[in-house]
Amino acid sequence: MEWEIVIGLEVHVQLSTESKLFSGASTRFGAAPNTQACAVDLAMPGTLPVPNEQAFRYAIMFGLAMNAEISKRSVFERKNYFYPDLPKGYQTTQLEQPIVGAGEVEIHLEDGGSKKVRLHHAHLEEDAGKSLHEDFHGMSGIDLNRAGTPLIEIVSEPDMRSAAEAVAYLRKIHSIVTYLGISDGDMSQGSLRCDANVSVRLKGEEKLGTRTELKNINSFRFVERAIKVEAERQIDILEDGGSIEQETRLYDADKNETRSMRSKEVANDYRYFPCPDLLPVVLTEEYIEQLRKELPELPDTKAERFQSEFNLSAYDADQLTQDRDSAEYFETVCKSCGEPKLAANWITGELAALLNRKEISIAESPVSATQLAGLITRIKDNTISSKIAKQVFEAICEGEGSADDIIEKRGLKQVSDTGAIEKMVDEVIAASDAQVDNYRRADESKRPKMMGYFVGQIMKASKGQANPQMINKILKEKLDALL
Amino acid sequence: MHQFTIAEIIRGLRGKEFSSTELTQHLLKRIQQLDSNYNSFITVTEELALNQAKAADERLAAGEAPALCGVPIAHKDIVCTKGIRTSCASKMLDNFIPPYNATIVENLNSAGTVTLGKTNMDEFAMGSSNESSYYGAVKNPWDTNYVPGGSSGGSAAAVAALLVPGATATDTGGSIRQPAALTNTTGLKPTYGRVSRWGIVAYASSLDQAGPIARNAEDVAYLLSAMASHDSKDSTSLDRPQADYTARLNDSVTGLKVGVPKEYFGEGLDGDTAVRVQDALKEFEKLGAELVDISLPHTELAIPAYYVIAPAEASANLSRFDGVRYGHRCEQPSDLRDLYMRSRGEGFGEEVQRRILVGTYALSAGYYDAYYNKAQQVRRLIKQDFMQAFEKVDVIMGPTTPSPAFQLGAKSADPVAMYLEDIYTIATNLAGLPGMSIPCGLVNNMPVGLQITGNYLDEARMLNIAHQYQQVTDWHKASAV
Repeated sequence: MEWEIVIGLEVHVQLSTESKLFSGASTRFGAAPNTQACAVDLAMPGTLPVPNEQAFRYAIMFGLAMNAEISKRSVFERKNYFYPDLPKGYQTTQLEQPIVGAGEVEIHLEDGGSKKVRLHHAHLEEDAGKSLHEDFHGMSGIDLNRAGTPLIEIVSEPDMRSAAEAVAYLRKIHSIVTYLGISDGDMSQGSLRCDANVSVRLKGEEKLGTRTELKNINSFRFVERAIKVEAERQIDILEDGGSIEQETRLYDADKNETRSMRSKEVANDYRYFPCPDLLPVVLTEEYIEQLRKELPELPDTKAERFQSEFNLSAYDADQLTQDRDSAEYFETVCKSCGEPKLAANWITGELAALLNRKEISIAESPVSATQLAGLITRIKDNTISSKIAKQVFEAICEGEGSADDIIEKRGLKQVSDTGAIEKMVDEVIAASDAQVDNYRRADESKRPKMMGYFVGQIMKASKGQANPQMINKILKEKLDALL
Repeated sequence: MHQFTIAEIIRGLRGKEFSSTELTQHLLKRIQQLDSNYNSFITVTEELALNQAKAADERLAAGEAPALCGVPIAHKDIVCTKGIRTSCASKMLDNFIPPYNATIVENLNSAGTVTLGKTNMDEFAMGSSNESSYYGAVKNPWDTNYVPGGSSGGSAAAVAALLVPGATATDTGGSIRQPAALTNTTGLKPTYGRVSRWGIVAYASSLDQAGPIARNAEDVAYLLSAMASHDSKDSTSLDRPQADYTARLNDSVTGLKVGVPKEYFGEGLDGDTAVRVQDALKEFEKLGAELVDISLPHTELAIPAYYVIAPAEASANLSRFDGVRYGHRCEQPSDLRDLYMRSRGEGFGEEVQRRILVGTYALSAGYYDAYYNKAQQVRRLIKQDFMQAFEKVDVIMGPTTPSPAFQLGAKSADPVAMYLEDIYTIATNLAGLPGMSIPCGLVNNMPVGLQITGNYLDEARMLNIAHQYQQVTDWHKASAV
């Protein structure tokens, strides 16, 4: 039996507005508990919500970037349930008339292919606060700093067919929101959160299988692993003749397993109804068109431009445009050194490895774009070899200054002086009788390979600074003269 | 001094006939001596009142007095007052002291009023008799065996008992007009959105509207001029500037077309009350108005629609009272569920619990369309009735209530009989229209009110009409004490 996995994602993106969705309190992350919660956020009696226009602008920009319909009339509703970190006893959200309607986005897969994923809708809503269960001696603490922070919930159609596609879609959402500057997209701080609806069916079957909703999958890696392990679980059950229960499941990253959180039987009746404190928000065509005009260049367009303008491969262009900071970094390096291919290689190679190792973003890179451009310039003009360049890169990283400073200070300038290189070649030949003998006796076709030993010795003698092309040329002449 | 109207107080203070401090001291003493008979105040703010009066006197002396400088008033205890307990007459908020003022309090403070205290009411404004207060029932100053109406019974009784010349109140289904009618006071519920709801504890957000109760239309006009404003803190606030509602009081009413809905004079209306209302209509004819028979065909659906929509909104509005952040919290909760259930079970009275249950039910899956959606459709029809009527007439008049005040306890056991008290007033809230009640006679020495319903934002015209009536009649001057 061949199984097909069907995945739909619900992605919550925290919008980077200055203030909350319905109050003037700050949305800054990391403040002391309850210092960024005003009377409205605390749901004090008599307080009223006033919508934040910036949140609407951001949601509309997102919709436009997703090629989605923008609702001219959107309505906030109350979703009623009791929880201590939900101060009003209801969440203000959108249900029947969300701000963003159906849309579509193209995702890029690792095999170079691409596919369209449909957006069901995206709506604006307020976040809840946080319940803290440790350190309170059998009681719970409530931090309402996050309460009222604007979110857009982005609901896809069940269009993804593998964990890899789900991750590609999530990356796409991430890149769009960061490009638009409407969210910092930081999954570790919860600015971007993801729930996955996963079901399986026999290949060729049209009817969707019973789905489960996976929660707590708050990194790209967890999304991939959680979906895989959940799909395997479902397939095992079905192959054993069992059936899937529709339920919410929590992903445990330590054990790499999902487990039941709550089942349908105890599902809440949220008693949605239009919020009478808020009027429907009515938008004009002009308002929407103005925002469309102000949209920044989006990742797909930018990737196409990188291919045509800088002659990059589709893969490189895609890598470099996944987030706005990387693209900007690349363009700055390019502009300064004029070497797009080298720039792309360094950014996706050495720099990416470094950032990965340090678990930091490109915005926090210890090597600035200008510094990297300086380094590439010196590779290009043969001042240093690629090998030495790596050494210089590490030094820049350690804060030792610009490439030029480091080359100067450490005396790493490539030796391209014919006399000096000849002298080193002579010395190595003189000290390598046995190898020279072997070389002379060897078959013509094997000789180039045997040169490696001599090159290595010369490089060692020059501390890696001798120009490799010149070594090769001079060495060959000198060895061949001995034949 | 307690007999002075607000207009007389303004003149007297400016004419240096008496000071705000003298007046305030006099009224505070009167409240202290007499209010045990009526229970119209929950909190008396003596210190604040005297400080405000002193400041007002200084401004009056300096010649920089705003419109209502030194005029003593009271606020319904649903209106948040910074640093002063705002209880909503509920055990739930018995300990609640807001750190902010409602916008109407800010507005009235800016106009120079002196706050004597917070008035009693039905718990969370749910009731028509003022018997559901945690602090005990309010008694009608006309006869203390009778109810003063509700939910703004404390404000109406305090004005009727000459403890204060005017007070703020709120009206979700008749809570200004019905107690005004039952206590021989003049009360106005403005157009929805004319007065900011910021800082007024919500009962049913799409229906709630604050307005004044005073002894005559002119005084109501003074108070409304200060209260009504556009407020960016209330998304449903209408974008209209403050207005002087006293400016047109003396306009003529000749040619005024008064709509008289046949549905307001049918079964259920007490005969003597009908006679007083008909007399008032005749008085308007004498003033040059023309009476026009009209029909508001969906009137009978107003109460059922209201008792779906208002409880539905209330069920969500009152969810915040959960014992977590403020208000009543039960002793030693064993877990979260226990905390919620006991805090709310202990904190809310019977009528509040009934409406939360009704509203929760109406919004539940499977019932939403049959109740909430249907009620919203009815609401649109009711609004349509009024819009069609206002194509033919300028204002609509009829009885405010089906009968004069009833005895304390008479309807306590029968919620539906109580709900019918608001049969003539509720439609106005559902349509968002302005409505007022003015005294129009007595039946067995208990007051009867005439209801005037206007078109949107027609408050100035309504006050003008009421004022003209009060120029030729003395019913509003009849005193309970």
